[in-house]
Amino acid sequence: MRKYIIKRILISIVILFFVAFIIYALMRSLPTSYIETVARQKSMQPGSKSFEEWMEQLTKMYNMDKGIIPGFFGWLGNMLRGEFGDSWKWTVPVTQKFHETVWVSFTMGGIAFVLELLIAIPLGILAATKQYSKTDYAVSIIALAGISLPTFFFASLLKLVFSVKLGWFDLFGLVGRNYDYLSTVGQILDKAQHLVLPILTLVVISMGSLMRYTRTNMLEVLSADYIRTARAKGLSEHKVIYRHAFRNTLIPLVTTVGGSLPGLFAGALITETLFAIPGIGYASYHSMISGDIPFSMFYLVFLAVLTLAGNLISDILYCVVDPRVRIA
Amino acid sequence: MRDTMDELKGKNVSDGTNPTHLHAVPARAARVHGEKLLDGQRQADGAGGPEEEQFSLNDDRRVKILSPGALVAKRFFRNRLAVTGLSILVFMFLFSFVGGLVSPYTEAQIFYRYDMQRKEFASVTENTEFRFAAADSARFDAIIQAQMILAIQKQSETFSYRDTDYSLKNEGNDLYSLSVAGESAPIGIAFKDIVSPSTAGEDLSFDFRFAALRAAAAGESAFSAEGVDYTLDETGGIFRGNEEYAYVSRYVVQAIMPDVFLTRAFKEELTDTIAEDSEKFLFTDADGVEHEYSITYDAATKAWSVLQATETRKFDTYSAPSREHWLGTDRNGMDMLTRLMYGGRVSLIIGFIVVIIETVIGVILGGISGYFGKWVDNLIMRIVDIFYCIPSMPIIIILGAAMDAMRVDPQIRMLYLMLTLGFLGWPSIARLVRGQILSLREQEFMTATEACGVRVSRRIFRHLIPNVIPQLIVICTMGIGSTMLTEATLSFLGLGVKFPFASWGNIINDVNDTFVMTSYWFIWIPAGVLLLLTVLAFNLVGDGLRDAFDPKMKR
Repeated sequence: MRKYIIKRILISIVILFFVAFIIYALMRSLPTSYIETVARQKSMQPGSKSFEEWMEQLTKMYNMDKGIIPGFFGWLGNMLRGEFGDSWKWTVPVTQKFHETVWVSFTMGGIAFVLELLIAIPLGILAATKQYSKTDYAVSIIALAGISLPTFFFASLLKLVFSVKLGWFDLFGLVGRNYDYLSTVGQILDKAQHLVLPILTLVVISMGSLMRYTRTNMLEVLSADYIRTARAKGLSEHKVIYRHAFRNTLIPLVTTVGGSLPGLFAGALITETLFAIPGIGYASYHSMISGDIPFSMFYLVFLAVLTLAGNLISDILYCVVDPRVRIA
Repeated sequence: MRDTMDELKGKNVSDGTNPTHLHAVPARAARVHGEKLLDGQRQADGAGGPEEEQFSLNDDRRVKILSPGALVAKRFFRNRLAVTGLSILVFMFLFSFVGGLVSPYTEAQIFYRYDMQRKEFASVTENTEFRFAAADSARFDAIIQAQMILAIQKQSETFSYRDTDYSLKNEGNDLYSLSVAGESAPIGIAFKDIVSPSTAGEDLSFDFRFAALRAAAAGESAFSAEGVDYTLDETGGIFRGNEEYAYVSRYVVQAIMPDVFLTRAFKEELTDTIAEDSEKFLFTDADGVEHEYSITYDAATKAWSVLQATETRKFDTYSAPSREHWLGTDRNGMDMLTRLMYGGRVSLIIGFIVVIIETVIGVILGGISGYFGKWVDNLIMRIVDIFYCIPSMPIIIILGAAMDAMRVDPQIRMLYLMLTLGFLGWPSIARLVRGQILSLREQEFMTATEACGVRVSRRIFRHLIPNVIPQLIVICTMGIGSTMLTEATLSFLGLGVKFPFASWGNIINDVNDTFVMTSYWFIWIPAGVLLLLTVLAFNLVGDGLRDAFDPKMKR
């Protein structure tokens, strides 16, 4: 087991190396950059150096004067020492911006994730136990509709109904206008109120696939021989479903849920941008569209690490949860 | 040789040794093993017609033979949700591809409407300041003008400036003339009444203006200047013979547009109206056309501005649904319904092309990887792992922003978008194909192909891949839906399909303007509903196909 994990981690590092290189090469090949914009602005100021001179100075300052491959190894060396440089867009060290934003995203994602589990798993089981009933159809349609719903459209609808027509929530932002004058409890409540719509969006958009996954796996388990045996023994239907079937359905569920845990740190790019929640997704969206290479690089590599970690966790959990699986 | 192989494949299926591959029944074999319906049963359903015949038990006509395709179709059409999805899709295709042809408008046709807009036409000020005019070739500059005003205020008749003595003469009410002391000809005049020519383009000489002003100030009815006799009437009109030549007035009326010449009649009537404190002004011009103007007084500048209501042609933006435009018009004054049709076309085409790119790359790499195994498999799977790790949405956002900065042509941009989406999306298909092929290649029919000496490429693409097609169809159908979602999200962010091309995503983009979101539902809700329905339909059909291909399905 330990050997397996070590091997997987080593492979992951190799993969990460290549992913980072591809991303770095891509970022470096972009034709226009933040540097150019800054150089143009600086050269416009009265009595300033010419655009070319500024370009040269800034390129040197930001370590962009090396070729892609030496540049990449330079970046890699800094990264291993924990230096990710300063974000150009936010003008603070990348890691500082990351600390400022990631917890907002994590809170939002975490609450949404728990709600998602609480809604999707029971509904999925219900649909599977009553296959081909009206409930099953309803759950299937809700799940598919959730998957098919464009995030931005759903978010706009929510805003129209709850913010504009009913006036319950603000359209944008994490804090209200008079946030600074509120007590501590009031501040927490204010933030909570602003997070209602984004969390609702996240839950509705993402619960569909988990619901379907639960249903499919539950159906598979329900057609297994040991369920027939359990029924033949004369166990109550309740016991058959929740003792025998559900526990076995948990095996694939735990692996996927465990695998998606690292994703909670990734933030919700679209949802955060739509609601202007200052989380990591929002920050990185604005970094990306303004060509902020240090922050974008950091975020993209961070996402790759999260994906790899998720895969690793779900594979390990699979062995841990299911005693039938043994790694050679 | 083909027959032998099909037999083999068929046998394998009929043995049922490996239930996961049951759906991969080749057509020929399945005709033997296909589902059989008892004729009697069918006739019981059909209420028993007159052609009710009795067949012997081993008569072929008692057995209805269905090909595997027909079996799948039968199972598919029994699924109500899948059929709903299919009909939505058919509607969407008709709407997008035929709708554009039926619609009387084109994708980027702009509509205009005529609006009554009040534009500033003229401004009127009552002249309260002295104005100056210099005699021809005389030196009468700003400093002397200022000295002259001082002298007028002090009511002195002479002043000196720079060793020169000037004498000032009051020629009448608010009219002064200035001359160098000892000379009779004035070098300039200061006046408040204004002499304007009656016809456009006429230039009035200094002597004429001076004479006219003096006559008007003195209340005379005739004067002569430069050897010509003029008559002056009570309202200030100056006539040369019977023809009106110029007029004198205290009001300055100026047209806002330089090419408009205001006639005296207009100015007179206007000043009368202003004197009456009226806010409406009707004027019938020489052609007998009546114009309506409104007058507003601005106390700060002490000026009246005359506004003319003119018909202005402007973009018919955000007009509400009407008979001409069933869903109204958008921000650029284009017909919404037509935009939706063309937008659907773009969204669907992008979905299809991206999925085709993904499938081609995925099938080739997955097939090679699964068939050869060993280091080839290892290498390709690591590439797949790398691609899996590349976060596609951020990458596309960055590329979109870069293309924004480069001002890439919208059409080429669309092409790049499709290529990027396709190139980032193939790993899941490669994984699916590889997994299937890994187990398929161990089966007897593959041993048979090897024994028969079939070429490797033919073994992969003619014997292995066709057995993966059912899963491929399912994953592609759902892939089109999710690709459309991705494209719409990008277009919504303004990084995907760009104006002038419509896409359901960039139509909804208008919602970023909160005013549009709240006031013009018809701009974004239809596009969102169409997108939702289409993606939902693709998912329903994909789901239905998955169930239909799966023979384990009970129904």
